[in-house]
Amino acid sequence: MKRSVFINGIGAVTAQGVWRPEIFSDAQVIADAITPADQPSYKGLISPGVIRRMSRGMKMGIYAAKQALEEASVTIPDAIVTGTGLGCSEDSDKFLRSLWENEEQFLTPTSFIQSTHNTVAAQIALQLQCKGYNVTYVNGAISFESALLDTLMLLQMGEGDNVLLGGVDEVAEQTYSYLQAGGYIKAGSIHETVKTSVSPGVNYAEGAHFFSMGGHKIASSYGEVVDVVLQNDLEPSEVSSFLQSFIATNDLRPDDMDAVILGYNGDEQDDLFYSAIQLELPAATSLYYKHLSGQFDSCSAFGLAAAAFVMKYQTVPPVLYWNEKNYPKTTWRNILLYNQYQGKDHALVFVRAC
Amino acid sequence: MTGRGVAVTGIGIISSIGNTVEENLQTILAGKHGLSRIANFPTRLQEYIWVGEIKHSNEALSDSLGLTSPHAFTRTALLGACAVRQALESANVQDVCDLRTGLISSTSVGGMDYTERYGMTYLTSSEWHRYIPSHPAGDSTHKIAQYIGIKGLVTTVSTACSSAANAIMMGARLIRSGRLDRVIVGGTDGLSKFTVNGFHALMILADAPCQPFDMHRKGLNLGEGAAYLVLESEEIVQREGKGVLAYLTGYGNANDAFHQTASSENGEGAFLAMEKALAVAQLTPHAIDYVNAHGTATPNNDLSEGRAMQRIFKNTVPPFSSTKPFTGHTLAAAGAIEAVYSILALQQGIIPANLHFDTPMEELDLIPETETQHQSLSHVLSNSFGFGGNCSSLIFSKA
Repeated sequence: MKRSVFINGIGAVTAQGVWRPEIFSDAQVIADAITPADQPSYKGLISPGVIRRMSRGMKMGIYAAKQALEEASVTIPDAIVTGTGLGCSEDSDKFLRSLWENEEQFLTPTSFIQSTHNTVAAQIALQLQCKGYNVTYVNGAISFESALLDTLMLLQMGEGDNVLLGGVDEVAEQTYSYLQAGGYIKAGSIHETVKTSVSPGVNYAEGAHFFSMGGHKIASSYGEVVDVVLQNDLEPSEVSSFLQSFIATNDLRPDDMDAVILGYNGDEQDDLFYSAIQLELPAATSLYYKHLSGQFDSCSAFGLAAAAFVMKYQTVPPVLYWNEKNYPKTTWRNILLYNQYQGKDHALVFVRAC
Repeated sequence: MTGRGVAVTGIGIISSIGNTVEENLQTILAGKHGLSRIANFPTRLQEYIWVGEIKHSNEALSDSLGLTSPHAFTRTALLGACAVRQALESANVQDVCDLRTGLISSTSVGGMDYTERYGMTYLTSSEWHRYIPSHPAGDSTHKIAQYIGIKGLVTTVSTACSSAANAIMMGARLIRSGRLDRVIVGGTDGLSKFTVNGFHALMILADAPCQPFDMHRKGLNLGEGAAYLVLESEEIVQREGKGVLAYLTGYGNANDAFHQTASSENGEGAFLAMEKALAVAQLTPHAIDYVNAHGTATPNNDLSEGRAMQRIFKNTVPPFSSTKPFTGHTLAAAGAIEAVYSILALQQGIIPANLHFDTPMEELDLIPETETQHQSLSHVLSNSFGFGGNCSSLIFSKA
């Protein structure tokens, strides 16, 4: 018997600051090519000696994880599952630069040690003394959804009661400059939003999003994650059948969806996929979020947090509406999330208010 | 695990001891190590370290795969595609789209080999820009998926040196949960300047062929390679009358939660991973006939793993060996390469030798198998541990 899976706590460090009830009402639309997360103070959370050696990803991850667990009143989860597209790029860049600059001499191991993709999940396990299941997924735009799929399987099969699920990606100067040179990130001089984008590339950012997922509904529960499906490769013309089969698997009809949260990022080719999904779900209110989170591999976790917010508070923050005019709605029960990147790594996530 | 577990219907491997399963088997039977000096790229460490390097250039690997240049397959992707192609042939899979087929790969180095080579030109010239999107770890998996024509559930695990074991575990769970009928699972890592220098900076590389579980062990040798298994559901095996090489009956994952790179003294994470794997397989410790140890030959790992084995098996530790002297430590690929060796052990009734062992550790009463043993095996346990305290164990059982 499959158990239901609930989002019981959320923590995040994002371009819009940390996770809080006002995060959407305070939000500013991103118009820069690269936007670092608005970092909280880490004082009291991590000792000063340790914090000096920590990359942004590690700090953001530890903060967000703690916030999520506290909200759900979980001390030690049964498992930690994370996703990251680029991993610990800051340390990776650092080690690579010293390798180049010193021609393989005088290297110190700290940045190498911290460059492995599983560093954040490992550091959280170390801090919490969590000896349970611990895995990190690294697969572009579905890095986070891969972790979500693993989390769903763990909880649905009863392999744990509480799983700490997270997505982390950090701005690393060198890596981001390469992505900019390659045309994936907009040029530094450009100031466009997702809606006003005409130049090539996308506005990038960074963030850590953690969710305390549980097999039981509690007072703090935001909603239920019902299902997720991953697909490596699709043409825009195949999006319809991908969606229909997912909806059918979950015994739903397209009209059952109250809202669809789309990964619109301002890239013309990327956005074709989202408009294709929108056409399939005419009754669903279209929402978007990358104008607030920025693009990065695990940014779809911000989308899940937005869905959780809508389910819990039964209201849509106006900043999330994709269309200017929307049918008035008073209940938000079924929400679908769709994300992909450049035609690869498609994920559909179905969540339901509880 | 109820029933017989998840069927392994195909295996593929490329390592420094062979380009095929058969070549790997023959080298193991002959007890010949696969270590040498680095030849594929220039490095200051060339004279100082031994590596399990595959003596094929990227161009040669690319040609053998029939790829058209220019492409942006990194060494990790090339090695991975070689092993996946073999695994599919071995499982007699003609069309990966005829069933719900997934690919769960793993890597630690990803496309770092090309970033370290061309990265410094990216900001001034566009000549090598095609390798910019090859940098992320997941790209190697995308390339392999593209090569074999798989479009469905494709993802990548990266938990340092335990990566492939976790990819195999995830694949098995996807089949058990009914989400997939068939899944290709494993790992791939190419050698890079980044990794050899990283491990050198950590001062855990031996300047001689490694000696797992020896009192005088001096550290590890790095290696490169790839290996993949094809896992299929029992239903598909029955329906299509497929040959089964072995069953994956147990798996366990735990975190040592002790230190970012060092293992705890009592091997807590390793102990928990083995305990969980035995529970999933519904086996008692004495049912295990052979342990393919992680056995990197670092002072820290072997002591910690040895203690964990003594804790789980009490006074009757089964025959065990580390096959890392053959291949070097192939990092993210190690769990899959050693899974293939565990399956060969079951199929052939052999226990691979733990090469270069001479003196038992003072701290433990543990002696690995120093010669190839021939005996019938029913259950083999394979360990893979990594930085970040990631510990995983798999149990394979005779088909």
